Amino acid sequence: MRKLGLIVNPIAGMGGRVGLKGTDGLEILAKARELGAEPVSPARAVEALQVLKRSNLKFDLITYPSEMGEEAAREAGLKARVIGKIKPRDTTAEDTKRAVKEMRELGVDLILIAGGDGTFSDAIDIVGTGVPLLGIPTGVKMHSAVFANTPQGAGGVAARFLSEGLPLREAEVMDIDEEAYRENRLSAKLKGYARVPYEPLMLQSTKEGSTSYELEDQKAIAREVAELMKEGRIYVLGPGTTTRAVAEEMGIHNSTLLGVDLILSRKLLARDVNEEQILRAIEGKPVVMVLSPIGRQGFILGRGNQQISPNIIRKVGKENVWIIATPHKLELTPILKVDTGDVRLDDEFRGYVRVITGYRQTRIVMVS
Amino acid sequence: MPMGHPYIPNVREIQTQMLREIGAASIDELFADIPSKIRLRRKLKLPNAMSELDVKRHVQTILAKNKPFTQMLSFLGGGVWPHHVPAHVRDLVRRSEFLTSYTPYQPEVSQGMLQSFFEYQSMICELTGMDAANASMYDWATSLGEAALMCARVTDGRKFIVPTLISPERFNTLQNYVSGPSLELVKIGYDRQTGQLDLSQLRKELGQGIAGVYVENPSYLGFLETQVDEIAKAAHEAGALFVVGVNPISLGLLKAPGDYGADIVIGEGQPLGNPMSFGGPLLGIFACRDDAKLVRQMPGRLVGMTTTPDGKTRGYAMVLQTREQHIRRERATSSICSNEALCAVAAAIYLASLGPRGLRELGEACAANANYAMRKLRAIKGLKVPIFNAPHFNEFTLNCDETGMSVAKLNAELLNQSIHGGKPLRDKFPELGETSLMCVTEFHTKEDIDHLVNALAEIVG
Amino acid sequence: MTSYRQARWVGEDGLEPLVFELGKPGRTGYTLPPKLHEQLNLPKHLIREKLELPELSEIEVVRHYTRLSQMNYGIDSGIYPLGSCTMKYNPKICEELASLDTAAHIHPYQSEETIQGALELMYKLERCLAEIAGVDRVCLHPSAGAHGEFTAMLLTRAYHKFRGDGVRTQVIVPDSAHGTNPASAAMAGYEVVTVPSDARGRVDLKALETAASERTAALMLTNPNTLGLFEDKILKIAKIIHDVGGLLFYDGANLNGILGKARPGDMGFDIVHFNLHKTFSTPHGGGGPGAGPVGVKDELEKFLPVPVIEHEEKRKFYYLNYDRPHSIGKVKAFYGNFGVLVKAYTYILLMGASGLREVSEAAVLNANYIMRKLLGTKGYELKFDAGGPCKHEVVFSAEPLKRETGVGARDVSKRLLDYGMHAPTYYFPPIVSEALMIEPTECEPREELDRFVGALKNIAEEARSNPEKLRSAPTATAIGRLDEVKASREPILSWKMYRKHRA
Repeated sequence: MRKLGLIVNPIAGMGGRVGLKGTDGLEILAKARELGAEPVSPARAVEALQVLKRSNLKFDLITYPSEMGEEAAREAGLKARVIGKIKPRDTTAEDTKRAVKEMRELGVDLILIAGGDGTFSDAIDIVGTGVPLLGIPTGVKMHSAVFANTPQGAGGVAARFLSEGLPLREAEVMDIDEEAYRENRLSAKLKGYARVPYEPLMLQSTKEGSTSYELEDQKAIAREVAELMKEGRIYVLGPGTTTRAVAEEMGIHNSTLLGVDLILSRKLLARDVNEEQILRAIEGKPVVMVLSPIGRQGFILGRGNQQISPNIIRKVGKENVWIIATPHKLELTPILKVDTGDVRLDDEFRGYVRVITGYRQTRIVMVS
Repeated sequence: MPMGHPYIPNVREIQTQMLREIGAASIDELFADIPSKIRLRRKLKLPNAMSELDVKRHVQTILAKNKPFTQMLSFLGGGVWPHHVPAHVRDLVRRSEFLTSYTPYQPEVSQGMLQSFFEYQSMICELTGMDAANASMYDWATSLGEAALMCARVTDGRKFIVPTLISPERFNTLQNYVSGPSLELVKIGYDRQTGQLDLSQLRKELGQGIAGVYVENPSYLGFLETQVDEIAKAAHEAGALFVVGVNPISLGLLKAPGDYGADIVIGEGQPLGNPMSFGGPLLGIFACRDDAKLVRQMPGRLVGMTTTPDGKTRGYAMVLQTREQHIRRERATSSICSNEALCAVAAAIYLASLGPRGLRELGEACAANANYAMRKLRAIKGLKVPIFNAPHFNEFTLNCDETGMSVAKLNAELLNQSIHGGKPLRDKFPELGETSLMCVTEFHTKEDIDHLVNALAEIVG
Repeated sequence: MTSYRQARWVGEDGLEPLVFELGKPGRTGYTLPPKLHEQLNLPKHLIREKLELPELSEIEVVRHYTRLSQMNYGIDSGIYPLGSCTMKYNPKICEELASLDTAAHIHPYQSEETIQGALELMYKLERCLAEIAGVDRVCLHPSAGAHGEFTAMLLTRAYHKFRGDGVRTQVIVPDSAHGTNPASAAMAGYEVVTVPSDARGRVDLKALETAASERTAALMLTNPNTLGLFEDKILKIAKIIHDVGGLLFYDGANLNGILGKARPGDMGFDIVHFNLHKTFSTPHGGGGPGAGPVGVKDELEKFLPVPVIEHEEKRKFYYLNYDRPHSIGKVKAFYGNFGVLVKAYTYILLMGASGLREVSEAAVLNANYIMRKLLGTKGYELKFDAGGPCKHEVVFSAEPLKRETGVGARDVSKRLLDYGMHAPTYYFPPIVSEALMIEPTECEPREELDRFVGALKNIAEEARSNPEKLRSAPTATAIGRLDEVKASREPILSWKMYRKHRA
């Protein structure tokens, strides 16, 4: 019988209703409660679980006590196995981490998490991509690409994953700079990756539809980029799994996922470089930058990306920036974003751009 | 009140009511978003509508200017062939539940079509010695094009080998199909005496990067390619796929290409239960071995067997094209959607009616008639029949160089006697001189063949 | 509400047994005249030893396929509102004429004087189609829509090559395009550039301007598009593409929405393709045969496939012209699906000039009627342009129903089958989630449209009160839902594979 883990972060999303952005930190949490904020994520979790209940699927639901899942399961009418110990009304990131660890040890097939970016950040600290995870959206702070569109959608995907099976893709988990966030500045850094089930896209390919799989799409894009590459030109590969696929296509298996790498003549020139190293390497040489949208917001250039500074982008030139994204990525983020910190540079990128979406396939996409 | 049209049941009164109900002033309002600059303000310059009776007379009159082979003795083949289709085959295939249905997107309500496709696929597999067949392609020529693309997808090879004596129509079509991914076509010559493929030239060409080797058996010119085992071996040793093109009528009598090493079998299914119809609609056969690499790359629609979720009841559904066809090899994708579905159902019904013995006897009848014709014709002074010293099925070449007459002249004289001669080959195969391609089937009686022989003897003598 | 039950023949393992499971050794459904006794001289190693085909008498064959036909739904059974398929009534007189000896039993290689009828009919059909589409020359060779698109791509390539313009490597396609469009372009070796649709459901002009460049070989467009909306900025679109030197290709799948009201040639299209099995009512046959003729403006005429049918005025003689040095050659053997062409020509004569215009008017009215009647029904919504009229088809989204009840477009479609109606296309076009693509055609009587809308409304109600009814649908058909995932995962594609699987 399939095993489904459920973790509810009762605090996630609480700030939103009272105008606070996020609830990290006990002072902020206290302030939120003062303002009369009520937990939001439990209700969302219940919506997701109700879809699972209606599916009549048989599975073993494993969850944590009281507000971390037990209550939500009861309200949705599902029997659950409750494990672990918490201090009700006083849960922390440590509880999340412990829950994830214990569920992994019990061999769960999937963990549904009703929480925000922070909750996922904590989760992957423990399991990385070892256990499939899926996010139930709870409101604010969802910059990671791990969330379903709606709580019902999360329930539906979980049900399909457990019954007929679904493919898995690697999805970005973002770390938001909390200070900046409260001051209305978005500075999101790529923290890592979670493995998330997804429903393959129905393609235009035929009327009855052939389906599109993330992994294969990335290989197709990688093949296209590889064919476009010229000898003697330096390629700056931004972070992400699609750019990693490009490196793999050239037989480079040790490129960085979260950092920036440089490729020259189909070989790894430098790994995980910083801004200074990039500037030195590209000085006076022909260069192309290959970028992929990161996170749920679809940023191709963001402030969290310290290596690729406005200075470097100017040196490379907009016409030498190639954007690559799978159809799935574009489903998630149909409009791409830039926020380099340099307003004029941002303006240059706004409008329509060409995105490489497959082998000899490109799409015109809006950047705002 | 003006009469409505038989095919448009919502007559003017009803349309007026409908417009009122949806709050539109007129039908023109529904077309108001067409820019006035491009609105067609005149009537189409077409004939006025005709009653069914008038149309029937009109079209019959035009068609009456054709001479069908039921009214004229004809020995034409070379891509479509005349065979007798049992009356019940035509009747069944014209049942409107089959005829007026579309692609079975909703399997629950289309089991009739789906099971018929499955049966067609199955029978093609038995005939060809393959394990999987699709539910049809447009014709043999386009099947060949798709086969070359599939070979490139599977092997990553860039070259495709064909015989010099390949049907020119099929070769021409193949050229267009491989032009997308720029595959190279290589022609292999033949032995002037026997027509057989030049194996030493083949072996020389079989280096690296060959996607597939293709032969037609029986060949376009009617003789059997007897070295197929060696060709298969050579192709496989070079890492290439072996593709065989067939006339399925021969497969009741002749060995299945699957039994001599074919990986992909293609062919023309028209003779299985479908009339020649001036060259269309036809039926492209496409089948391959049960190798995961091959089946997943097969173009076209596939119908698979499955069950209801409880596993208790068998049913049929279209099998979705799997991911493999979509990745990486976009250079060589297929776009086929609608195919020749109903022709495939006709083929299934035809084969189910003939059975193994019927098909074998049919093959023997065609071959016997052809051999009789060849025997009688070669006795005529000046004619060389066939030009290749090899076994033939039901088509053969006829050369009249020594008579001093051209094929054109010969055929013109025959036509004066209401006999249609074979297809002249000189323009596509100049090295063969004044040669034509003749076809004989179970349709021709001994008297018909004698009539041809006597006529030719007279013309030539 | 009348009730419906499809015929259901039940055997041991399922419905009607497979033909391989019927019959007995020695039975046959075929007779042959006596054979000649002649030496066959066939090499032993090429003679067949065994052939595993079923052995049935004629009556068993007839009953088997008759029963199968009873478990199949066609236009003659009831409404068949598949979007962009134009499932209109197939006049039976067309069948009759196409099966005359003088149509069915002629060989394509016959000398021209013996096939003047065929050539004349095809020539006249070409002229009719040219006039309907506003183009100069038509080629009847392609066997299907996708085949016509592929041919059009080859013509495009030949055109640019002839002008020495070798940098044209891209074909632009809207994200709402029929799936065969990008596939046909890719087959011809082109790179595909997809442009998004705007909030009105039409091609986003700014995006198109970005996409169009000196690398653009062509834009492939359907008009009305797959949302059933007319691309009203078509003249601007044509200018954008022509200004960069590209060609405009018209996918004729939706021609039924503008027959006699507007012509693609007048909109600026250079190449046009037709689906005779859609607009011109030749029967769909379960997936074919169809025909996908291609029409072109003068500049592309020289590239058309060979042979081209010519008419010699003086002698009143039709002939096949192979002397075409710039032709792309052949896209299939012979000259096209003549059996289908006869039916299309007959249809055009039956309708006549005014009849064809009445077709599009009635088709568009029927679609707008459904749209207005269904609009406002809780559970279904129009994603694009709810204000204006649609053309011959309309795309609703069952997304609200899915969100509310958990059942969506697929379940609605399956439940519709229980009402004795065929479902519309669902999940297409991909830019509308939970899409239901409805094309009633001009052939549906108003009562049938009312019944259809009523059924959709009923089903939305059922989704709320008793969603299980939808999830378990259909139950009135020959068989219920099948495990299609299993069908693809462990494919059993033939009797041979089935026997192996069972062992």
